[in-house]
Amino acid sequence: MRGVVSALSRLGLWGRGAVIAMPFLWLLLFFLVPFLIVFGISFSESIVAQPPYAPLVGWLTDEEAGTTKLQILLNLTNYLRLTGDDLYILAYLNSVKIALVTTLLCLAIGYPMAYAIARADPARRGPLMMLVILPFWTSFLIRIYAWIGILKSNGVISNLLEWTGITSGPVEILYSDWAVYIGMTYCYLPFMVLPLYSTLEKMDPTLLEAAADLGCRPLKAFLTVTLPLSLPGIIAGSLLVFIPAVGEFVTPELLGGPDTLMIGRVLWNEFFANRDWPVASGVAIALLLVLVVPIMIFQYVQGRETEER
Amino acid sequence: MKRIGFLSWALWFGYAFLYVPIVLLVTYSFNESRLVTVWGGFSTKWYGELLNNEALLSATGLSLRVAAVSATFSVILGTCAGMAMSRFGRFRGRTLFGGMITAPLVMPEVITGLSLLLLFVAMEQVIGWPDGRGVTTITIAHTTFTLSYVAVVIQSRLAGMDGSLEEAAMDLGARPAKVFFVITLPIIAPALVAGWLLAFTLSLDDVVISSFVSGPGSTTLPMVIFSSVKFGISPQINALATLMILVVATGIFVASVVMARQDRQRKRDEQMAIQGG
Repeated sequence: MRGVVSALSRLGLWGRGAVIAMPFLWLLLFFLVPFLIVFGISFSESIVAQPPYAPLVGWLTDEEAGTTKLQILLNLTNYLRLTGDDLYILAYLNSVKIALVTTLLCLAIGYPMAYAIARADPARRGPLMMLVILPFWTSFLIRIYAWIGILKSNGVISNLLEWTGITSGPVEILYSDWAVYIGMTYCYLPFMVLPLYSTLEKMDPTLLEAAADLGCRPLKAFLTVTLPLSLPGIIAGSLLVFIPAVGEFVTPELLGGPDTLMIGRVLWNEFFANRDWPVASGVAIALLLVLVVPIMIFQYVQGRETEER
Repeated sequence: MKRIGFLSWALWFGYAFLYVPIVLLVTYSFNESRLVTVWGGFSTKWYGELLNNEALLSATGLSLRVAAVSATFSVILGTCAGMAMSRFGRFRGRTLFGGMITAPLVMPEVITGLSLLLLFVAMEQVIGWPDGRGVTTITIAHTTFTLSYVAVVIQSRLAGMDGSLEEAAMDLGARPAKVFFVITLPIIAPALVAGWLLAFTLSLDDVVISSFVSGPGSTTLPMVIFSSVKFGISPQINALATLMILVVATGIFVASVVMARQDRQRKRDEQMAIQGG
């Protein structure tokens, strides 16, 4: 009997192990290992071959001595190019700038929205949040595309400005940094509103009443009570917008001008246009280095959030 | 009073910002004129042209297949991951595991795409599989990046669920696997459906990762849209977008009606149970 019980509990443990192992091994193989390969290839040399990079590890045979040596070639030229060429440094700085502006715009539009929804009648909160999330379910590409017709010369905004007489001719906002800001804010807004709403909704409204009873003005109550309490939501939302925005490719490619330099675009061009896989890998590693601190903060915030529940 | 005025104004502005572009997009799909910004009368001719576009139709078929398969894999793996994170307490490698689940949520797509491609190329050199790139590699890539979203959805549903039901079943002698299939799974079923739909939508929407890991002859719908949008706007894309929005809206409407009905049924059952007892 004892044997049966222990066999069963071992089976239970085995099942438990399998439940962990399946997603664990999948992510290890298809998420973590690829980064190591990218890291390795960033030290390789670009050659005309299939695949277009030189192997890092090779065997060096010395015919006279009759020995074979293991040879590992580490090539730092890719990184020297990244730090030596202004193009790359400008692209990194510009990506961070565009991501920061996008984050601030999302915060400026998203915070009042999340606040208004959190203070709305409880029965209306669900549908109001649904309306925020709904556009997220339609294609990202289609939403960017919608803005092309609005922002282009002779587009909706241009016609509107001309019709009202504010401008005398067609205006082109498309293919500029502003078009990128608008498009990215539009696409990332739900990611900002969601975490903001979930922290604001949990907030106890009696705190504000108490502040008002004690003679605190609404603005001061907002700044000293609401804002600090919603800080976790602000941090989570900002990171959810900022981190992917730094590496964004589609929006600057479709809405930005040829001089809207972003690192995602540089990586794409190195890979597809120049077929220089090692430099593309170097760009990716450098981008990861820029993002490693924000990603770690995000992990920490996300981990604490799930522990709390 | 003034504050409330500001708030509702902000809310209206936000919704207008979110919906006006979509309304305009749909409106111009019925435009007779080829110039997207000039209204030339009502017409449905672009929808007709859409049905004759072979490249678009085959890309749509491929995308739907990839999305369905990868969403299914990602729900299976994501449920395991969500269970491991919220029900298994501490285990070795939990921190690494948690990190690998949340990192893909924010990882820029260009990095994920490049790294997966390099992995596939290296694997092909070493073990000869996957043989070239195509549907298989796109499906694996999509499973990997949608898995995290599913895991987070499942994890939050499990965290919000009453654990005492599972404990009761366990106390009555049900084995863990039985508890999972008889108690846990039916309760988290709505989250499974939501996770599947989310993974399906994300897969159907992805252009960057697919571009990296696809091969010749495996062009997905977003890749077709992306390359045609780069050459400027065409009313055909508006028509396609309108159809996609229609499908999504119908899907969400049906899902919310079904869920509301289930909710009402559950409340009625609870009330009956209280009155009966």
